[in-house]
Amino acid sequence: MTAELGQLALIFALLMAAVQAFFPLAGAALRLPAWVAVARPAARAQALFLAVSFYCLVQSFVVNDFSVRYVAEHSNSALPLFYRIAAAWGAHEGSVLLWALILGLWTAAVSLFNRALSEIFTARVLGVLGLVSVGILAFILFTSNPFDRLLPAPPDGNDLNPLLQDFGLAVHPPMLYMGYVGMAVPFAFAIAALMSGTLDIAWARWSRPWTLVAWSFLTLGITLGSWWAYYELGWGGWWFWDPVENASFMPWLMATALIHSLAVTEKRGAFKVWTVLLAIFAFSLSLLGMFLVRSGVLVSVHAFANDPERGLFILAFLGLVIGASLLLYAIRAPAVKDHARFHWFSREALLLVNNVLLVVAAASVLLGTLYPLVLDALGLGKISVGPPYFGSVFAPVTAPLFLLAGIGPLVAWRRDDPARLWRQVRWLVPISLTAAAVIAALWFRVGDLVTLAFLATAFWLGATALLPWWQRLRRREGWRGLRQPAGFYGMTLAHFGLAVFLVGVGVSNHYSVERTVRLAPGDSAELGGYRFLFQGVRAFDGPNYGADEGIFEVYRDGERVAVLRPQKRFYRVQRNVMTEAAIDPGLRRDLYVALGEPLEGDAWSVRLYVKPAVRWIWLGGLLMMAGGLLAAADRRYRTARATAAVPVSVNATA
Amino acid sequence: MTPRQRRMLWVGLIVAGVSAATFLALAAFQKNLLYFYTPSQIAAGEAPTGYAFRVGGLVKKGSVHREPDSLAVRFTLTDGAAEVTVFYEGILPDLFREGQGIIAIGRLQPDGRFQATQVLAKHDENYMPPEVAEALERSGKLPPVDDFRRTAR
Repeated sequence: MTAELGQLALIFALLMAAVQAFFPLAGAALRLPAWVAVARPAARAQALFLAVSFYCLVQSFVVNDFSVRYVAEHSNSALPLFYRIAAAWGAHEGSVLLWALILGLWTAAVSLFNRALSEIFTARVLGVLGLVSVGILAFILFTSNPFDRLLPAPPDGNDLNPLLQDFGLAVHPPMLYMGYVGMAVPFAFAIAALMSGTLDIAWARWSRPWTLVAWSFLTLGITLGSWWAYYELGWGGWWFWDPVENASFMPWLMATALIHSLAVTEKRGAFKVWTVLLAIFAFSLSLLGMFLVRSGVLVSVHAFANDPERGLFILAFLGLVIGASLLLYAIRAPAVKDHARFHWFSREALLLVNNVLLVVAAASVLLGTLYPLVLDALGLGKISVGPPYFGSVFAPVTAPLFLLAGIGPLVAWRRDDPARLWRQVRWLVPISLTAAAVIAALWFRVGDLVTLAFLATAFWLGATALLPWWQRLRRREGWRGLRQPAGFYGMTLAHFGLAVFLVGVGVSNHYSVERTVRLAPGDSAELGGYRFLFQGVRAFDGPNYGADEGIFEVYRDGERVAVLRPQKRFYRVQRNVMTEAAIDPGLRRDLYVALGEPLEGDAWSVRLYVKPAVRWIWLGGLLMMAGGLLAAADRRYRTARATAAVPVSVNATA
Repeated sequence: MTPRQRRMLWVGLIVAGVSAATFLALAAFQKNLLYFYTPSQIAAGEAPTGYAFRVGGLVKKGSVHREPDSLAVRFTLTDGAAEVTVFYEGILPDLFREGQGIIAIGRLQPDGRFQATQVLAKHDENYMPPEVAEALERSGKLPPVDDFRRTAR
């Protein structure tokens, strides 16, 4: 019964999405106020139906209704309640429903919070979002219905993939989807602005906070995914350049370019056309990511189902979205005039370079991700592109980006003097270099050029992010210099997060040490100044798995610093073996132990890692996210809307 | 800057960026492309000995041998028509089992054995790497899919 109710709610949601797409868009074109007024209620009704539908799915998991095929395939009565709920989005059908639900929530949020926006413009934004919803919901109903019955019902379910039975999985997809799907909002704003024919500055101001929030969630989602891969996959790596990771990283790069370009458009009225294009690209790459992950063309943890029908549907949808928006763009964009002028040395020009570098970075990831697929499709052989490709392409593109991120905020809009800037920052260059060398020498005793470059760049970024604050403290009357808009605090925090991230990458990539050893109980192994003593293995009983649990005591200079208990789990239902690594985390270093295989006698093969500063990578991601949210909370976006709404409503109806 | 100059700056920057990226990408591609070969192709002498590639197949039952005092292991990969012996030193992935489809990355030695630097087994035991499935299909040895699974998918 619950499943049928969910299915019914889903059908209603699709109908409501169609209403939400058709009436407001047609009403805006034909100037029918009654039709335009449909937009907000329809958007909220759609979100409500989706919420009901999603609740029904979760409920089917909670009560172990194995007559629902999706539940039977991905849950089990022995699975703990928390993972039964998380299992709702643990595979294809449910995760697409989550996607649709989050789109519904974003849409409802737009209908609630943009009260000051003109009715016509809001109607267009909601109409475009409705069109996207129609596509996704049709996809669910026609190809991936989570409410299909399986009769007769099996006595118990197939259980959730053990890799996904983890806290990281429970929170990673919803956060990532918040970001992915959130890109639909700036996209809808851009399309609505193109439809209305006048790209003025106001639409940039409206889409900025939405873009920032979506970007923050995307940042959080990617950070969580990286953290999960680190401790769950048992290989000690934090980024694998896996095509699925790339699928989330490309929209992130594009969205990062977009938030910078939106700043220029809002502040200076420049780059209008370019910003619109970036908004289209960011959302298109989100959809491309969905295609790559959902169609089964890629092979990874995330590729749940290999159904060509689904792939074809998403591909057609992707083509329609990109084709239609680029067509609209081609018709409308040439009429837009960019009046703003700027000097080659100005903040605008630096942000332009930022945008070019980010887009090039995204394009290089796209190339590396799609090239093997294209070759395979053309029958030219099966290849794969290894992580070294991404490393060697990515580093040269992003290095100048990091250096420029330092000076960008210090350069004035319109025109600045390079000599003035140099006077301002010349001390920071030797300071960053010295600090990097000192840290490398004191902390690790040895240093190499790459790590030194990472550390120096990080110090440079951190110092330049703090420099404006220091100057304000000195020049203006003390603490009052710190009274700055939230947007400025947000930017500083995000750039500072980038610096923290770079420290993590530089230090952990270079100073991490690992050993694969064979240990019998009582044996110990030395690694990176630590002694890992293996005390043997005992049996451990979990709710739906049994495990061998190893006990390792870790000593440094004769003192015990940690006891680690990695597990080798055997999940009873799927009959899968899973490595559960044990980690002693710390800001300075992580100690990481993973059990390999049992060998003769009581010996085990064991993987040991000492990873300095690896936590800084995710700490940096969290700081960036916090910076984005802080910037989105800027008062400007709330007060400015009311005043900006008037001229646009004139433009939009004219 | 006039709009025209700025447009030229735009175009110039993008062209420069794209050509630099293309150069880097092509250079990196040269070194980092991994081709896939089946045991049959290796037996037919189609695989190169000079550089690394991937080989995939089923782990032959009863072929896994471990050295008693080290982490060295050897096993036989088969696609039904031909076999290749793989040498590896280290920890095999959780889902590595006899009869399972896996992929090994490494180099073919002049004496015909395959020295792997990495062994990959995927996360789902019912999963078969597509290259392996295709290779088995070509030799007509694709094992039947479990019935519950088939109806479930």
